[in-house]
Formats: sequence, C-alpha cells, structure tokens
Amino acid sequence: MAVSELMKLTIAPIPFHWDAQTKLDFYARIADEAPVDVVHIGEVICSKRAPFFEKHYDTVAERLTRGGKTVVFSTLAEVMLPRERKMIASYCAPSELLLEINDSSALWHLEGRPFRVGPLMNVYNEATMAYLAGLGATHFSLPAELPASSAAILAATAKSLGVTTEVQVFGRASLALSARCYHARAHNRIKDNCQFVCEEDPDGMPLKTLDSEDFLIVNGIQTMSNSYVNLLPELEDIRDMGITHVRLVPHTQDMVAISRIFHRVIAGDLSPDEAERTLATLNIPAPFSNGFWYGAPGHQRLAHKPVAAA
Amino acid sequence: MIRPELVCPAGTPSAMRTAVDAGADAVYCGFQNATNARNFPGLNFTVPELEKSVAGAHAHGTKVLLAVNTFPPAGKVDLWKEAVDAGSRIGVDAFIVADIGVADYIHRTHPDIRLHLSVQAAASTPEAIRFYCREFNVKRVVLPRILTVPEIRDMAAAIPCEVETFIFGNHGLMVEGRCSLTNYITGLSTNMDGVCSPAADVQYIRDDAGNMTTRLGAFTIDCFSCSENAGYPTICKGRYQAAAHEGPYYAFEEPISLNLSALLPDLMSAGVTALKIEGRQRSRAYVKKVVGAFRKAVDSIMAGNDPEIAALIALTEGQKQTEGAFKSKTWR
Repeated sequence: MAVSELMKLTIAPIPFHWDAQTKLDFYARIADEAPVDVVHIGEVICSKRAPFFEKHYDTVAERLTRGGKTVVFSTLAEVMLPRERKMIASYCAPSELLLEINDSSALWHLEGRPFRVGPLMNVYNEATMAYLAGLGATHFSLPAELPASSAAILAATAKSLGVTTEVQVFGRASLALSARCYHARAHNRIKDNCQFVCEEDPDGMPLKTLDSEDFLIVNGIQTMSNSYVNLLPELEDIRDMGITHVRLVPHTQDMVAISRIFHRVIAGDLSPDEAERTLATLNIPAPFSNGFWYGAPGHQRLAHKPVAAA
Repeated sequence: MIRPELVCPAGTPSAMRTAVDAGADAVYCGFQNATNARNFPGLNFTVPELEKSVAGAHAHGTKVLLAVNTFPPAGKVDLWKEAVDAGSRIGVDAFIVADIGVADYIHRTHPDIRLHLSVQAAASTPEAIRFYCREFNVKRVVLPRILTVPEIRDMAAAIPCEVETFIFGNHGLMVEGRCSLTNYITGLSTNMDGVCSPAADVQYIRDDAGNMTTRLGAFTIDCFSCSENAGYPTICKGRYQAAAHEGPYYAFEEPISLNLSALLPDLMSAGVTALKIEGRQRSRAYVKKVVGAFRKAVDSIMAGNDPEIAALIALTEGQKQTEGAFKSKTWR
C-alpha cells in the first residue's frame, strides 16, 4: 500500500491536568519520536486549567510543526462562563489556526471559516454531518459511543462530501460531562475553590463500586471509562470503511511506544496479534474495551468480527 | 412579568388528560420508540393515540409539544423523519429537537411548525442558542439545568428566542445530550436509543441481613441498609469509592429531586417564558398533584400574591430536594 493512502494517526488533546513541564516534555517527545501525523493541543475539559499552559502553545506548536506534525487546536467542551465564551470567540476569530471545536457555542463564530468537529460534538448521522460540512466543517472525529455500522455510513457520507473522518482507537473514552467538578467533590471542595486537585491524578481518579470493582474515572467535570478503548484488531475494517484518521488519547503510559505499535499495524508491518502482545508489555493499568464499536456495552471487549463498509 | 406557560409531562394518553385537566398550558410527549429521550417500556404514544390526545388537548386550549429529541444514528434517520411527519400531520404545536440534522429537516419540510431546542442539545451560551435560532428559526430553548437564576436572566436578555427552564422533578446531573454512561454499562444509548438505566438491566438483590444491593448490568450502583429506601440504580446517583474520599459516597450527587418552588418568582421575573415539570415516567396521581400545585402557584404570583410555597415543598415530602445549580454556583 502506498504511504499516501495510509490512515493518519492523531494524538488527541491531553484530557488530564498535567503540569506545564510534563506537557512540554510530552509534546517534545511526540514531535521528535512519534510516527503520528496530527497532534491536538488545547485544554478541552476545564477553563480553569487553561492559563497554566497558554504561554507555551506557540512554542509547542512550532516544535511539533518542525517535527512534521499537523497541529490542531482543540477548544473547550463545555462553555458557560463569560471568560469561557471569550476564549471561544478569540480562538474562532479568523486566523491560520486549525481549529477543532467541541461545543456548539463555537458554531456561532465560525461562519466562513473552515473547522474540524471534535468527538464531544454530537454528530451521529449523515444529515448532521452534511449540515456542518455545509458550514465549513472539514473533518469529523466521531463520538466514542458511535457503533461501527453508523461509522461506516458516516465515512461514506464524508467521502461524498469531500471531508475526512476519525475514530478513537486507543485510550479512555469520554462518557459524560457535567457542570459540577467531581474531582473537587471527592476532596470536599467545589469547582471555585478546587485548588487543582485533579493534578494529583494524571490518568484520572478511579471510582470503584461498593464491591471494589474498577468502574469509572473522574477527570474534573468529565467522567471517563476505566477501560482503555483498543481497536487494534479492528484497524483494517476501519480503514476499509473509509475512515481516514485514527486517534490515540494521551495517558501517562509511553505514548511514543503506543503510537509506534499502531503505526506499524496501519503500515502493515505488524499483525494485530503481535501488536497486542507488544501493547501488553506497556503497563496499561486497566482492561481494554471495544464494546461501543460493536453496539455492545462499552466496557466489554468482544472478539474481532469484521464490519462491512457502507 | 410575562405569564409563563406551564409545560407538563404526558407519558401516556391518560397522563395527558390529567395534566390538561390540572391546568397545564402545554404538555410534552413522545412516540413509542427511540425518537424521544424517555423511550421507556409502557410509556409514550402510538400515532393514533397522539392524534386523539392532541384533539383532546386542543379542545381545552392546551398546546402539545412533541419531543423528537434524541440523536438518530447514521442509517436510522428515517425513523425520526417519520416521527416528525406524523407530528405535523396530527397538528402538534411544536417539535422539541436536539439533533442538527433533525432540526434542519423540520425547518426545511415543516417550516410552519414551531421548533423548540431540547435540553438534550446542551446549548449553554447565548452564542450556541443564537446559532440554532439563526440556522433553524428556533423559537424557544430549554436551558440545561446547570445555570443559576442570574445566569438565566442574562441569557434571556441575550438571545432572540423564548426561554424554558425546568422547575421540578428528576435532577439530571450530567449535561443532558452529552452522557453515554448507560451505553457504557448496558449497550443502550441515552442519545441514540432514548434510555437511561433501562429497567431490563436493573437488578435488586437482598442479602440475608436485609441489605439491598442495586445493580445495573454487570456493576453495583448502590447498597442500602434495611432502614433505607432502595433508590433506582441510575449511574450518576450511585455510591462509589475513591481513594481521596473517606468511605463510600455519592461521587456525583445524592439521589435528590429538583424543586424550584422557592425560586419561582425570581425565575418569572428573569424573563422565563415557560416552566417545565419533568416526569413523563411518573403516575397520573403525581402529575395531577404537581401540575395542580404549580398551576396555583403561578396564578398566585401573577395576581401579585405570594405562592403557597409550603404546598410545593410538600410535593417532595420524604425525599431530599435541591435547587441544584439554579440557586448558587457553589453547587458546581
């Protein structure tokens, strides 16, 4: 297969509150060592975290660009406060910045400007996709819970519209957003005086059931899956249905090694079985899941079965 | 002050008649399928049932709002179009929608019928709401339950459409339209299938000591001692454990009802056009009591009198209640 036809690998925005140095180190390694095509920067979960890294965006973007990566800025998923509305307005103002939006507030500002649609926007069907493409959307990262049967139709729709599509193939899935910060709540605080306790949990805060079973992950206002989505065995089907990009959600595990594994499978250099064995050596702290892809409970991991292209 | 419309739940044809008789200005309902966000067994309307019910409601001067407020997954959009076409034929007064594709379809094919933006669309800023107004001529927005009353006042002043807010009922904690917790556990999606903690996946297990464990799918959501009332296992209302917190706790929020009776005059003066009572899954007796009490309260405020707050507070007797995010941002 020609290189130009390979699915592109993308790094999702960091969902967690890592300190600035950790983020700088992460992006430097990604820039130099990771075989990925697109890297998302920007704070998507909590506007209170944003100021800690704002001054570094230019440096990071430049470093990633020098490393041959396309840099996309992802915007906040929940916009409520005047400060957050201003952030959205300023990012959406005309510029060369590639923008991925995650809340409908951004749509008001974007008339006439191309944009990408993030997985926290509700694009579930061909009608919504076509409408947003008509407004200037060029790329759609599909919601984590969307089953393969619908993804296949959206991939075909995208092709006819001349836009591209993406699915998450690795990392914890975003399951819910709230106005309330559940990280602060666990520490008997509220959002306004949170003291950034979310920084203590660089892969999110585990919630266990009363019978001590691993269940969900709290990340500020976001609730995530405990399981890590892993669609290694499904990559070939994803490609065959015409999805153009696959997304890795950053965690504290070795994302360079993880991106190499996915890249080698995409390039046909490594079988999914071998890839699985290599991934198993990287200390992923939770089970894998692919249930959403098959329309099953999201936490489950089902044996691979091909899903036809639309 | 605008005389606000009291918008009441109609889970069944008989509940609709009850709400109409109790003084609802408008009722909202859905069809018996995934096209609405309360797709529960035994609930909702067939097309003939809705046709008959709409005629009955209209005879009393009550409006009927049809919720078509879930997100059709690719490949199934026709079911939503059929729901909309049926609603149009029957003569509903407005559609409540969340999906952009569905909103666009209504705007193009049934431009004479009012569009209300569902809470499921999670439009939480003036910009988001203006977008829907500009694109689809939305006439009213149902605001997410995450704004304080002052924020609602600012919002109402900043947007070109009417505002509807929840005043009573289930207190949804996750931003509606943006929660896939149920799908993660059960394989059924709140957004695509209109279900939240489906009854078929619920288990109540009593142990020898009389404790009741509630489970959803493969997971324990809560456990109640014999002195407690076992709540329905909704994921965001369960008790869990976290290293940072001493002992099991309601990690998201306690099972609690929303009751904004005390804030009613504030909401009305904030420019709210419609007050929504949640509870399409509730009994006729409940609908009668709650709608009747709020009817009296709203009329009383409009007449310049103080409402009988005590009667409204008593509606949640025996249950914990909250003003949630409406009262103060310390809730967040």
